[in-house]
Amino acid sequence: MQMTNGEKYILRVRNLGVKFKVRDRELTAIRNVSMDFERDKVVAIVGESGSGKSVFTKTFTGMLDNNGHISQGEIWFDGEDLAQFKSDRNWLKIRGKKIATVFQDPLTSLNPVRTIGFQISEVIMKHQGKSRAEAKRMAIELMTRVGLTDAENRYNEYPFQYSGGMRQRIVIAIALACRPEILICDEPTTALDVTTQAQIIELIKDLAKEYGFTTIYITHDLGVVANVADIVAVMYAGQIVERGTVEEVFYDPRHPYTWGLLSSLPQLGDASQELFAIPGTPPSLFHKVVGDAFAPRSEFALGIDFEEEPPMFKITDTHYAKTWLLDSRAPKFEKPELIRDLHEKMLALTSKGGVYGSND
Amino acid sequence: MEATTKEREVLLEVKDLDVTFRNGRKCVEAVKKANFKIFKGETFALVGESGSGKTTIGRAIIRLNQTAGGEILFKGKRINCKLSKSEAHDLVREMQMIFQDPAASLNERATIDYCVGEGLDNFHLYADREERRQKIDTVLDAVGLLPEHKTRYPHEFSGGQRQRIGIARAIVMEPDLIIADEPISALDVSIRAQVLNLLNKFQKERGLTYLFIAHDLSVVRYFSDRIAVIHKGVIVEVAETEELFAYPLHPYTRSLLQSVPIPDPRIEKAKTVISYRPTEPDPSEEYHLREIVDGHFVYCSSKEVESFRQRHEKGAKEREEVLAQIKARFAESQN
Repeated sequence: MQMTNGEKYILRVRNLGVKFKVRDRELTAIRNVSMDFERDKVVAIVGESGSGKSVFTKTFTGMLDNNGHISQGEIWFDGEDLAQFKSDRNWLKIRGKKIATVFQDPLTSLNPVRTIGFQISEVIMKHQGKSRAEAKRMAIELMTRVGLTDAENRYNEYPFQYSGGMRQRIVIAIALACRPEILICDEPTTALDVTTQAQIIELIKDLAKEYGFTTIYITHDLGVVANVADIVAVMYAGQIVERGTVEEVFYDPRHPYTWGLLSSLPQLGDASQELFAIPGTPPSLFHKVVGDAFAPRSEFALGIDFEEEPPMFKITDTHYAKTWLLDSRAPKFEKPELIRDLHEKMLALTSKGGVYGSND
Repeated sequence: MEATTKEREVLLEVKDLDVTFRNGRKCVEAVKKANFKIFKGETFALVGESGSGKTTIGRAIIRLNQTAGGEILFKGKRINCKLSKSEAHDLVREMQMIFQDPAASLNERATIDYCVGEGLDNFHLYADREERRQKIDTVLDAVGLLPEHKTRYPHEFSGGQRQRIGIARAIVMEPDLIIADEPISALDVSIRAQVLNLLNKFQKERGLTYLFIAHDLSVVRYFSDRIAVIHKGVIVEVAETEELFAYPLHPYTRSLLQSVPIPDPRIEKAKTVISYRPTEPDPSEEYHLREIVDGHFVYCSSKEVESFRQRHEKGAKEREEVLAQIKARFAESQN
């Protein structure tokens, strides 16, 4: 089947499945996921570790570990099905060039024995076929753009001479060197301090406007999601269980797992009471998951949740959730008291401190 | 309301603490003239970015780092000097630490029974085998683990469970002070709440005192009574938690608090980033922590006190204005 994405969607994923071989066992990391990514919209993928959020986006650049493979489904980008790519030769024209990734730990994504300048200009020479001198000029321009002062002199320095935030800026510069269409940010600020995090997030936002790329964020921090995202996809046990606009997911969540995530926000904690904690642990993906994967941890689980997998129910044109609670036959549950009127609660909290004017 | 700061019993006092690391000729002043008090039964948080010296202070208190100057007083007695063997031994029991990475802080070759009971063994805190068993079972039960887990090894547990084992081995010693160094940073969001609840429970039941070292301010706001903000080895501000959030005075504190993302798209998208540019200190002035209002200290010179007091007075009005701006910006975006 040939699929065209049209103007609206930059990337379309259909029924994607990913499996890993671990010793003699098989682990299903992604279970039948479909999602369309709109051009120029920032998508944030949220979930706890092991939910498959990184694996999901790694399939877009063919960076699965050697023991993993795409077992089913299609990934349509630029008129091609990326799921069919077999060799690195195929990937060469996509990975880094059209879809680039910024990883969590900038120290491991940079080569410690090469200068910063070399690592940026290398990419420019390779993908854009520029001369060494031209590449250097462009690299310095990029370094300045991502916020390095004195780029000319720092061109010949090594990664260890840079601070964590500066290194992440360099990684972003390298990712942007080829003017990609999609930038995947895999927990880009988790290893950084909050003040640096705020700067890097602002930088990525500004650059997205300037360079016109579509951003996919992977994060577990709902605060960061609230800041960056237009669209939010919540992942649990290898599936997207809810997706919608950022306001829909925060103010009108429908899946019990999303309820749980929001309820455990420390901002909603009251010192006199216990913080809400989702009981139990995620299921092992070595075994076949029957029914709704979240059911054993959910206080809203119905009988059918343990037998049959729920379909994606449509709530609005942009909002979908995969839970039997949305079936017309299901009993009506309201979301937990704690997360009702979230905006009013956050405003009340913020009125006691959290946002301030300038420093002057 | 709690009693004013002057009347409460001080468990730990840090006076003009300096910690310096030497590497050949190079000297790094990791902590400069740190001053604070921790009252009995409270949670005192040390907050700052990586490399600010917050862990160094924690390690100096528990006698893992040598101090270069100043005093650390625990229950009124100086502890950062040469102590007799028995005094040092007692301190080990009275102050316990919970580490960030539960995988690295447990002996992977030892069973849980040994990991948790090691301190009891070293201090002979039981009369017979039966009492030892009982103590360990009770503490494991308190952290939500089962007696049959005792024969297992750390790698058989999940991150959250391992951190609970780390807490159990600190609690079983019945310490007075627990230094918790980023105890939940390595854990998943849904597991964090479990561990925080546990720490809260022990504090209520046993009147424990915590020194909570962290960088995640949303957790600190929920969990601690008072906060000290540290920047590049200098404690720049100390205040009660809600006071600090409502009236952050030092420019660094303000930029730090403003950077904490708020999980609400309408507020978060309308907020602006305040960046912190340190001002050059006036060399003719003496800088140290000065009390601006009752219980709220800022690192500044005597000249600056007045301007901080004014900022404090304007604090409530300022927050109202900023919130009104956010609401206005949101209304604008809807049209």
